[in-house]
Amino acid sequence: MASSETPAREIPLRETLARLRYRYFPDHLVGELLSKKWIDNAVPFAVLLCVIATFGFLIPDFFAPKLLVITSRQLGEFGLVCIAMMTVIIVGGIDLSVGSNFALGNFTTLALLNLAGWPVAAVVPVVILVCGAVGFVNGVLVGFFRLRAFLTTLVTLIIVRAVVDMLLLRYAQEMSVSFYDSDIWDLVGMGGVAGVPSSFVVLIVVALIGHVILTRSRPGWRAMAIGGSRRSAHNMGLSVRGTVCGSYTISGMLCGLSGLLYAARLGGAGTDTGMGLEIAALTAAVLGGNSLGGGRGSVVKALIGSVIVLLMTNGVIRLGLNSGSGPMVLGLTLLFAVFVDVRWLKNRDKLLSKVYVSPTYVKLPQPASTDPDSGTPFALNNRLRNVEIIGLGEVESPEDVILDDEDYLFCGNRHGDVLRFFPPDYKTWEVYAHIGGSPLGMAFDRDRNLLVCVGGMGLYKIARDRTVSKVTDETNRSPFSVIDDSRLRLADDLDIAPDGRVFFSEATIRYEMHDWPVDALESRGNGRIICYDPRTGRTHTALRNLIFPNGICLANDGQSILFAESWACRISRYWIDGPKAGKVERLIEDLPGYPDNINRASDGTYWVALLGMRSPALDVALRMPGFRRRMARRIAPDQWLYPNLNTGCVVRFDDTGRVIESLWDLGGLNHPMITSMREHRGWLYLGGISNNRIGRVRLENADQNWSAATAYWGKA
Amino acid sequence: MALSLSKRAFNQERIVFLITIVLFAVFAVELNNFLAPANLLALVRSVAVLGMLGMAMLVVVLGRGIDLAIVANMAISVGWALQLIAGGMPVWLALCVGLGFALGMSLIGGILIAYAEIPSLFATLAMATFIYGFGRAHLITGTDVVYLPKDMGLVAQLGQGVVAGIPMPIIVAAATALAAYLFLKYTKPGRFIFAMGDNFNAARIGGIGVRPMLVFQYVLSGGATFLAGLITATSVGAMNTRIVNSNMIYDVILVVVLGGVGLSGGRGGVRNVIVGTLLIGVLMNGMTIMDVQYTVQNVIKSLILLFAIVSDSIINPRDEQTGQQGDI
Repeated sequence: MASSETPAREIPLRETLARLRYRYFPDHLVGELLSKKWIDNAVPFAVLLCVIATFGFLIPDFFAPKLLVITSRQLGEFGLVCIAMMTVIIVGGIDLSVGSNFALGNFTTLALLNLAGWPVAAVVPVVILVCGAVGFVNGVLVGFFRLRAFLTTLVTLIIVRAVVDMLLLRYAQEMSVSFYDSDIWDLVGMGGVAGVPSSFVVLIVVALIGHVILTRSRPGWRAMAIGGSRRSAHNMGLSVRGTVCGSYTISGMLCGLSGLLYAARLGGAGTDTGMGLEIAALTAAVLGGNSLGGGRGSVVKALIGSVIVLLMTNGVIRLGLNSGSGPMVLGLTLLFAVFVDVRWLKNRDKLLSKVYVSPTYVKLPQPASTDPDSGTPFALNNRLRNVEIIGLGEVESPEDVILDDEDYLFCGNRHGDVLRFFPPDYKTWEVYAHIGGSPLGMAFDRDRNLLVCVGGMGLYKIARDRTVSKVTDETNRSPFSVIDDSRLRLADDLDIAPDGRVFFSEATIRYEMHDWPVDALESRGNGRIICYDPRTGRTHTALRNLIFPNGICLANDGQSILFAESWACRISRYWIDGPKAGKVERLIEDLPGYPDNINRASDGTYWVALLGMRSPALDVALRMPGFRRRMARRIAPDQWLYPNLNTGCVVRFDDTGRVIESLWDLGGLNHPMITSMREHRGWLYLGGISNNRIGRVRLENADQNWSAATAYWGKA
Repeated sequence: MALSLSKRAFNQERIVFLITIVLFAVFAVELNNFLAPANLLALVRSVAVLGMLGMAMLVVVLGRGIDLAIVANMAISVGWALQLIAGGMPVWLALCVGLGFALGMSLIGGILIAYAEIPSLFATLAMATFIYGFGRAHLITGTDVVYLPKDMGLVAQLGQGVVAGIPMPIIVAAATALAAYLFLKYTKPGRFIFAMGDNFNAARIGGIGVRPMLVFQYVLSGGATFLAGLITATSVGAMNTRIVNSNMIYDVILVVVLGGVGLSGGRGGVRNVIVGTLLIGVLMNGMTIMDVQYTVQNVIKSLILLFAIVSDSIINPRDEQTGQQGDI
């Protein structure tokens, strides 16, 4: 037998290593990084690094300061054209006329300065307007007439080029003999700001503005939406035509600016000015990762692409190879880079789905026995066998139930409604309010407004006049978090402190509600407890890294809350006031099942629902993160090891963490699953998230007049 | 009914054909010697090569692709073959090598598009850069223009020969057009190309081997390109590799789309390319007789293309609901 041959110590050692490895190596960050949009830039950026390294190695002084200044001056001009191309590509178009437009801007600048003798301050806007007009023509044709961008801008490419050639034929002679002399003009062409060339400064400014517009303003979002799906954007009412037209106009204006900078640097115009620039800019834009066809692109991508192309063309020239080698190397690199990018785009999601799930090491303590003969308070019994059924087949997934002073019974359902059953027999009901999402935990505040945690939405309030309002749906983002955890994904249960503060749990920040089994598989501390303070209107995260925090209940002392962590099978106390404020202490650690909602009992103790029971197989698997990861990657989700939700119970415990009794329904005939329970006037009402009914059972020894709302807030 | 009839009556092809006829009539009345048989033959001959390249492009465009490497492939493959002949290689062998080069390059391009899934616009753009660079670096060194060797034999007749009073380039171009027509209309691969252009995914699900078909398209285009290059070289007595950097590729796209071939694939045929080519031929011939400056010719050519696509989009407006995503 293999097990008898291996030393007994080896298994604990291996486990210790696993524990340390999973505690200190952040596996989940890999998946979270991959899920970020900006990770798309990784491939172009790697290519950029390779290009820098290669040419830095081949050409010793390639990055000498003097050359860097020249390169950055060129980059100022080329980068602008690439950004111009990018603005058009993003909305799903293409602008082949950038090269000609650039030449037009160059010519116009020189003509106005040298021949017409205009001041620089007047020339700049006029040049930008002239080139913007060319872009506008493109925009009208492509945006409003719905012409094909490729053909249309091809036509403008040829026309504008021909116009520039004709103008050159007429004016080149005069232009070459006159010369414009001005300090400002010299500053633009040869000077700079603090050693940084002017054109580069212009590029940085334009890039910053462009980035903000594209990522943080409405026009930018609209452009992205139109590129992503023109039809959907049109159907949702965006002005597709206007936005497309605008992007071509901006493209034209940027080309003009770039041509102006070129004129300032070289002061000459020739027939080959800007020749082939459209190809170079297109190359740079695509190389940087902007998708032809639209919807995916950014200023950063355009800049990365432009640096790569510029460095490569310059580097190949400086290497002094024969005339063909430059294009050859360029063509090969392009092909390779785009190939990698295409593959990356195609397989990113597959890779992400493989690595996002990152189970960690969890060792649960030995569970308390549930054996009927064990004599523990968890010993199986059949006290829930005779549960009375309310609303059979009329409610779907009542996760939580609650009753008010007038004995109305409230529950949520999976359609996003909150239902109200009428006393005394609860045979009839009505839709009390519609919120949407999945209403989960509920609580009454001092004014008897019903606060509801809604999975997928946040914390909502139903006022007594049944108006629904949002209380909060975001909290402060954790420092250094990779995924944005400021939005609430799965608000689960809540309770309200005497001073009005609302404490509610968010079960996981990494998964949506329907993916809760994956979070169970991970068993990582993905959840948190969040506090909403009505006095300041602010929401902040009180506790982090909890393992699926679920039920929350204000303790009888009013200074602490009790919370359950489902996958950790434990109940803890969190002090919100008093001398121990901010401290957490464990109350019960060896639950035999997964705790859900906690609520007060009439005698000063607490009820907690166990939504499912632990099983030895899953307990072992929890100590084997590698096994669980392989399971998540290789087999279909319906064959995974899951928490056993087929049976559960209600448990009563007191402030010291001593478990007093448990209520079971063997076989689960009457009330299959329990996620919450409320005691009210001698009855215990039961809710279950996968049930089609609400249950209630008589509590013989309980206070027959006790109501939670009154116990919390006094008589209404 | 009347509306749909009038719509169908005025598609881009007919508009362009109408413009051609009008221009032809105007030139015939206004210009001396325009109708002279020698001039008409010169007219057709001047655009024969363009038409052949148009056929090469057509095969690719119908399958929703584009081949921007045509001109580079033509210049380098033919230029290299000529240089090999000048270096003493037998003519047939050198031509085989040149053809092999053209087919090989388009094969690589096709593989990149079909199997590596690089967008055709970009793959062929990069291939054009690569072919030109490779050719100038290793195959045709020291000179931009490769002149036709004297001992070309019968091959020289491709560009210079005359059969029954008709110059050979016209005959070859016509034969290419006929072959393309028969291929697209009556062979299985030809129909497959249309199917792929119409709806690529449906074609794939329908069981067409879309990847080999894509490669095949580009290889076909490469072969036609070599033939066109050979005619160019034998007609003018040289192959100028600088045409790679000219606007020629745009002219090829122009003749294809002018006649109404949809760049999104599946729409059009040989007839459309012929119509587009004829318009360009008539226009250039007329303007040359009128001694219009080359740049102005370019402007006029472009304006006519613009007019054709604008009027097409007004008569047959594209619908936001049915437009294809990523269709540039």
